Amino acid sequence: MTDVTQQPSGGPATQDAGSARPMVKAEGIHKSYGSVEVLKGIDLEVRTGEVFCLIGPSGSGKSTFLRCINHLEKINGGRLYVDGELVGYRQKGDKLYELKDSEVARKRRDIGMVFQRFNLFPHMTALENVIEAPVQVKGVNKGQARERAMQLLERVGLADKAGNYPTQLSGGQQQRVAIARALAMDPKLMLFDEPTSALDPELVGDVLDVMRDLAESGMTMVVVTHEMGFAREVGDSLVFMDGGVVVESGNPRDVLTNPQHERTQSFLSKVL
Amino acid sequence: MTVDVSKTDGPADPTPAAGPQAIKAIPVRHPGRYVSAAIALGLLGAIIYAFAQGNINWGAIPEYFFDDRIIDGVLNTLLLTVLSMVIGVVGGIVLAVMRLSKNPVTSSIAWFYIWFFRGTPVLVQLFVWFNLGLVFEYINLGPIYKDYWSVFMTPLLTALLGLGLNEAAYMAEICRAGLLSVDEGQAEAAHALGMSHSRTLRRIVIPQAMRVIVPPTGNEVINMLKTTSLVSAVQFADLFKQAQDIGQNASATVEMFFLAAAWYLIMTTLFSIGQYYLERYYARGSTRTLPPTPIQRFKAAVLPARRPKGVTV
Repeated sequence: MTDVTQQPSGGPATQDAGSARPMVKAEGIHKSYGSVEVLKGIDLEVRTGEVFCLIGPSGSGKSTFLRCINHLEKINGGRLYVDGELVGYRQKGDKLYELKDSEVARKRRDIGMVFQRFNLFPHMTALENVIEAPVQVKGVNKGQARERAMQLLERVGLADKAGNYPTQLSGGQQQRVAIARALAMDPKLMLFDEPTSALDPELVGDVLDVMRDLAESGMTMVVVTHEMGFAREVGDSLVFMDGGVVVESGNPRDVLTNPQHERTQSFLSKVL
Repeated sequence: MTVDVSKTDGPADPTPAAGPQAIKAIPVRHPGRYVSAAIALGLLGAIIYAFAQGNINWGAIPEYFFDDRIIDGVLNTLLLTVLSMVIGVVGGIVLAVMRLSKNPVTSSIAWFYIWFFRGTPVLVQLFVWFNLGLVFEYINLGPIYKDYWSVFMTPLLTALLGLGLNEAAYMAEICRAGLLSVDEGQAEAAHALGMSHSRTLRRIVIPQAMRVIVPPTGNEVINMLKTTSLVSAVQFADLFKQAQDIGQNASATVEMFFLAAAWYLIMTTLFSIGQYYLERYYARGSTRTLPPTPIQRFKAAVLPARRPKGVTV
């Protein structure tokens, strides 16, 4: 594993002496649905401030792993830590206690997630989508939340669409609102689940630009993607998964141009 | 009778030289429509004639139409409908959430409730509530309230419990269908933002479920309005009971039934109009432009020059 220790250029956010501690640490993660084992022992580390890309064929378990990080999926084995804290459980001695729903919800506040199919709230305008969680969950007052939301919408280039309902926006615009919505909670980690897979090709670029901008600001990002160009340019680490295991990992430029493993080679030959 | 039409009826009538858009053609005739309209009008006339010839004192209807007792009954019927529906909707949402809960105890309780109240006739339920004094002689809420059951159980309370609790069982199924209709990704997105289960339901899932819940609920309201006529059996002075009483005293029983029917028809019509606007409200965000209201459509047709932007007829 060739290590790139350089931090993304001068980000002011989330640089609180945590560069030693990994943002996400997975140790032997197992996950099955009934008798089907989807994750068969995943070990990996996402360092604070890096852009971590997960690639692999569909059904390889990369989305499932991503959903385990904010406990949308329960793991069946192994240990998963976010910012040093166990996900979904509390450890006392050698015993694990399941967290209550409210405790799980509290931890999710700090982890933003962007979905393949956007999942904007259709009964709310773009602005209402963005202020919903800060107001309802954090208790931020509406005026402040609205001001911050407008800044975020500006940042994703959609300040003029604040009053539009999701159905009145294109897919790319919806996804950028979804990114603004996740950022409104000031997360320390952002999860992207194939954020451009449901978009028309000409709309992909706008979303990737927003993500690139976010990466440059120093946000820790875990990105499940099929955009090899993005992974190569923006990614700091890359993992290739297949059949529920990590096949190959390292610097994206190395893995993508010079894959070592035969399965990685055959996958890349199909998508590149 | 030549009308501009945009469809062509084949090359039968070649009238060239017209402008590119203005086709003047004889429209297809629909003689069947005139025939069927004539038959329908004839039948209607026959029915009206038969009723007018019958041994019915029609004059009694306008005489009592705005009688104080009738108006009182109308208000009571409306009150009972609204309150029963409130109990039904709130109870229905609670039961639906209980049934969909992961907790096996709450979901079984909800299942049992729905099984019982949906499985027995509402008239029987009304009588049971009315006569529950046979089981509980007193109602005793410690220092707050104590009285005989028969005193406590007024006709209004009996009617409310009987109709409302029964309605909750039906509403539960409607609400459950509504909650299930909301895409799972919505709850996931809300959870990912750190929203609790109950807040997700209240802020995200239920508002979207309403679009599916409202139309059948409108149907339930109209059904409820008519079902309230059963409560005359437990001595509640609703429209039907008042009409019956007047009818017996003034020996105009059937006339008062017609009068009541007319009032029910007026009330259900008003509710239907309200339902239309409620559905429109909950369609926000599900369609790009809302359909025009009948008033807007009327304006658009009558005043074409001032047609508002974004409204398509």
